[in-house]
Amino acid sequence: MIVRELALDLDAFEGPFDLLLTLVLKEELDLREVDIAAIVLAFLERLAERDELDLEACGEFLVLVSSLLELKARGLFPEEAAELAELEPEVAAEELARRLAEYRRMKEAAAWLRGRLEEEGDRFFRLGPAPFAPKPEVQLAPQQPEKLAQVIRLLATDPPQVSLAHMALRFPPVSQFLDRFRAVLRRRSRFDFDTEVRGLSRVEQAVAFLALLDLRRSGEIALEQAAPFAPIRVRAAEESANRDERTVTWNARSA
Amino acid sequence: MERPLRLISANPLDQLARTLEALLVVASAPLSVAELADAADDDPERVDAALELVAERYSEGRSGIVLEHVAGGWAYRASREAATACARLFERPAQRNLSQAALETLSIVAYLGPCSRPDIARIRGVAAESAVANLVERGLITESGRDDDAGGAIRYRTTPLFERIFGLESLSQLPRLDDVGPDADAIRDRLHTVAEKRSA
Repeated sequence: MIVRELALDLDAFEGPFDLLLTLVLKEELDLREVDIAAIVLAFLERLAERDELDLEACGEFLVLVSSLLELKARGLFPEEAAELAELEPEVAAEELARRLAEYRRMKEAAAWLRGRLEEEGDRFFRLGPAPFAPKPEVQLAPQQPEKLAQVIRLLATDPPQVSLAHMALRFPPVSQFLDRFRAVLRRRSRFDFDTEVRGLSRVEQAVAFLALLDLRRSGEIALEQAAPFAPIRVRAAEESANRDERTVTWNARSA
Repeated sequence: MERPLRLISANPLDQLARTLEALLVVASAPLSVAELADAADDDPERVDAALELVAERYSEGRSGIVLEHVAGGWAYRASREAATACARLFERPAQRNLSQAALETLSIVAYLGPCSRPDIARIRGVAAESAVANLVERGLITESGRDDDAGGAIRYRTTPLFERIFGLESLSQLPRLDDVGPDADAIRDRLHTVAEKRSA
């Protein structure tokens, strides 16, 4: 039986004994969290599975586990280790007995709690943060009337006007473009929208387009566009009506 | 009174009792008599008397809701006969799967608290970090100041939830553990024998 390969299944660690030792020595596992009694139990169980006593394994295990115990004791009671070593054996035994008795009392208490938990297992109640109303506000300290007036005066004045000058977006009126397009149509019977608004800002172009839609709605103009995004051609409405007539005539003649 | 000639006289505490019922049904933690008296704007003595009235109305076998004195206050809980139905619908994470380590740690805090993790480690012989963190997470213990010495370790005490789960009116209901029986004496004797051998 190889002690170092002893398989352990503890709360703090699961794996071979060898790995546990390595981790403890590298200080990657806190020995204080390790239940050494459980290691001893695991070893005893393995030992019991065999018919004959493996003295060599027992010796090795004793050495390893006692060093582990010593390490753990030092970890748990760093400042008391020296103090206890100086005690007379009788006093040390008394101290140990006191502590064991204390631990035993707590184990009894734990057993009582476990029993109580089972007895009270059918206890259901509402849980949650208590929705208590906030405590009444503390009264303010007395104030000087002049000081209060001064503060309220400060609050009563109008705040300074915020300047919007930095905002560049300005919308020209639609009517401006209505007039402009009507004037153009008086001079020429048709024009190209894109050419007409070239050089204007994006916002102005948008307003110009609105004016165009307005004119179309009131039937003053007709619009034409060969394809999406192609130039928009604008004609005066009477002119387009004439042309439609001509087309119809031409069609009739050619048929 | 406004109707001196009423033939069936109601209990003069009835109205107060109704107010207490209302306060208790809204509360999610036990309410003390002082809190109830404050909220109801009435005498603590009258509140005590009215609570008896309410407790009689809400008792096992009479109602699905039971009024009980727990964790230093008064609170409603489900009747025990409804526990199976409650268990089908509700979970109780605070008390589920409490390990032996957790229970021992809980006992130490309940009996000796407020106490620190080093105190617990000294008694149990293993570090208390994970057990304490587990109990804090479950809401069974909570921080309660620090040790006075240089280290200033955080101290812990049990919460009202602990008393509620274990059905305790207060920590003083925990049984006395002064007498732990002959086991302790046997241990003492054995240790003394070992000590004598070593000093010899």
